[in-house]
Amino acid sequence: MLIHNADRRMQIYGALLLLPAAVLLGTFAYLPTVATLINSFFLPGFRGAPPEFVGLENYAMLVEDATFWKVARNNLLYALGTIPTSIALALGMALFVNARLPGRGLVRMAYFTPTILPMIAAANIWMFFYAPQIGLFNKLLGALGLSGVNWLGDPGVALTSVIVMTVWKEAGFFMIFYLAALQSIPPELKEASDLEGTSRWSFFWRVTFPLLMPTTLFVLINALINAVRVVDHLFILTKGGPNNATNLLLYYVYENAFSFFDRTYAATITVVILLVLAVVATLKFTVLDRRTHYQ
Amino acid sequence: MNQAISTHRGRLAWRVPSLETTAAWLLAIVWIFPLVYAVWAAFHPPAYMVRFDLLAPLTLDNFSDAWVQAPFARYYLNTFLLVTGVVLAQFVVCTLAGFAFARFPVPGRDVLFMLVLIQLFVFPEVLIVENYRIASGLGLVDTITGIGLPYVASAFGIFLLRQTFKTIPRELEEAARVEGCGWMAILLKVYVPLAKPTYLAYGLVSISHHWNNFLWPLVVTNSVDSRPLTVGLGIFSAPETGVNWATVSAATLLSIAPLLVAFLLFQRQFVQSFLRAGIR
Repeated sequence: MLIHNADRRMQIYGALLLLPAAVLLGTFAYLPTVATLINSFFLPGFRGAPPEFVGLENYAMLVEDATFWKVARNNLLYALGTIPTSIALALGMALFVNARLPGRGLVRMAYFTPTILPMIAAANIWMFFYAPQIGLFNKLLGALGLSGVNWLGDPGVALTSVIVMTVWKEAGFFMIFYLAALQSIPPELKEASDLEGTSRWSFFWRVTFPLLMPTTLFVLINALINAVRVVDHLFILTKGGPNNATNLLLYYVYENAFSFFDRTYAATITVVILLVLAVVATLKFTVLDRRTHYQ
Repeated sequence: MNQAISTHRGRLAWRVPSLETTAAWLLAIVWIFPLVYAVWAAFHPPAYMVRFDLLAPLTLDNFSDAWVQAPFARYYLNTFLLVTGVVLAQFVVCTLAGFAFARFPVPGRDVLFMLVLIQLFVFPEVLIVENYRIASGLGLVDTITGIGLPYVASAFGIFLLRQTFKTIPRELEEAARVEGCGWMAILLKVYVPLAKPTYLAYGLVSISHHWNNFLWPLVVTNSVDSRPLTVGLGIFSAPETGVNWATVSAATLLSIAPLLVAFLLFQRQFVQSFLRAGIR
């Protein structure tokens, strides 16, 4: 009986410890998630009228919204453009910095520094490169006698320009995870393969790369999340333009909510983002954590 | 003679770097170039934006222009208050929750923990629409509290601290209990001091995240009184404001300087922290 009481006290004490986090998570994570879902089935009430339940009408609108499809396609292209490139570059950087290299510390610093800048600052700096008349890229092209490119104003080029900047910002961050993983590979493996006369190329593909697979998955998941979560640079570089050529899902949510004041449509697009994140989360908890147990 | 040859060879090897070394350095130069360029633009008169002349006159005018044209002092103060407040509040809330998850038999603990982990994927900035409504319902729009509060119960912090607390041997706890410590004293005297490296790692990651955060602060603030540096910089340097570029460079450097300098001084700690904090 006494023991039972002590258990009970521990349970209550534990629940009290969780209370502040539970209240905050409830208010700023779960409640808004549920409210977003519910709002996607409503139209906002105008002039004080209560919101009107419209079932799947918002989703029907979404399906017919050419801009939405364009934005979704952009986001897919953005993910395909940024993720493999930054992962490959990150791996390359890690291999460089892990090897014997003069000035290794400086090189590593150069790779990593973009990571700690705010996206807004990074976008400002790249604006100096991309700007049509006075931008550095066009000045250089001009010096070579070539005509300039409208890096952010040409719908065919703008998304690529945004992708290049993102890769610059992200690759160094992913590098540190590869670097840590490379340093945990036992050197005996390399020695053994040297004895056998394995070429460095096949050593990389047969030994290093497979051993880095968990890191690659981890980095992939982070990169996927960033591809839907980070749109800060668009505010400086393109504002989603020209003609939505660089608009991404979260930026489209922002536009709908705070420029067009269509809260329920913004909620509907948010649901799409939440679905994407749910897929990523499932991927993480099933594929990546198969061997990790949170115990 | 032999020695002469070998030093000669050594020099030769140094003079002709391998293909890999060259590639690594070229990539490093490409990677750091944008930042170097921003520094160049900030410290030279606007006329030298695209004219590279080693003898170009150096100037601090761009910085003073930026400082005068926008309330950067206020933005600094706001960012400083925001970052300090968020990190301290996160430490408190996540410590309590992490402790509960690590040591207390709360009913449904595992389900609750999975619920917390969901927040690793559903960030406040994804839910801007509803979070804005909630913040305005609580009267938090345009306050520094409003910017920070949604991030205080960080799943990532709870996760990291729970993992750390779990590795601490129970014997230490028993020893403290024998000395008559209650749960709070045990937490503060045993668990928290032993988790210092985790606090450092988490603190550094959190500081850089909130120093750099933009979208939610942009949405929830609408005056100079609460805007952090990133939002202030974003508004200041929006292309349509027509501010001159050298000034924008200076403003950009002003906003990133504290974090950049801290990073250059404590590189190892930063990199280690980001590594530990990888899960984010």
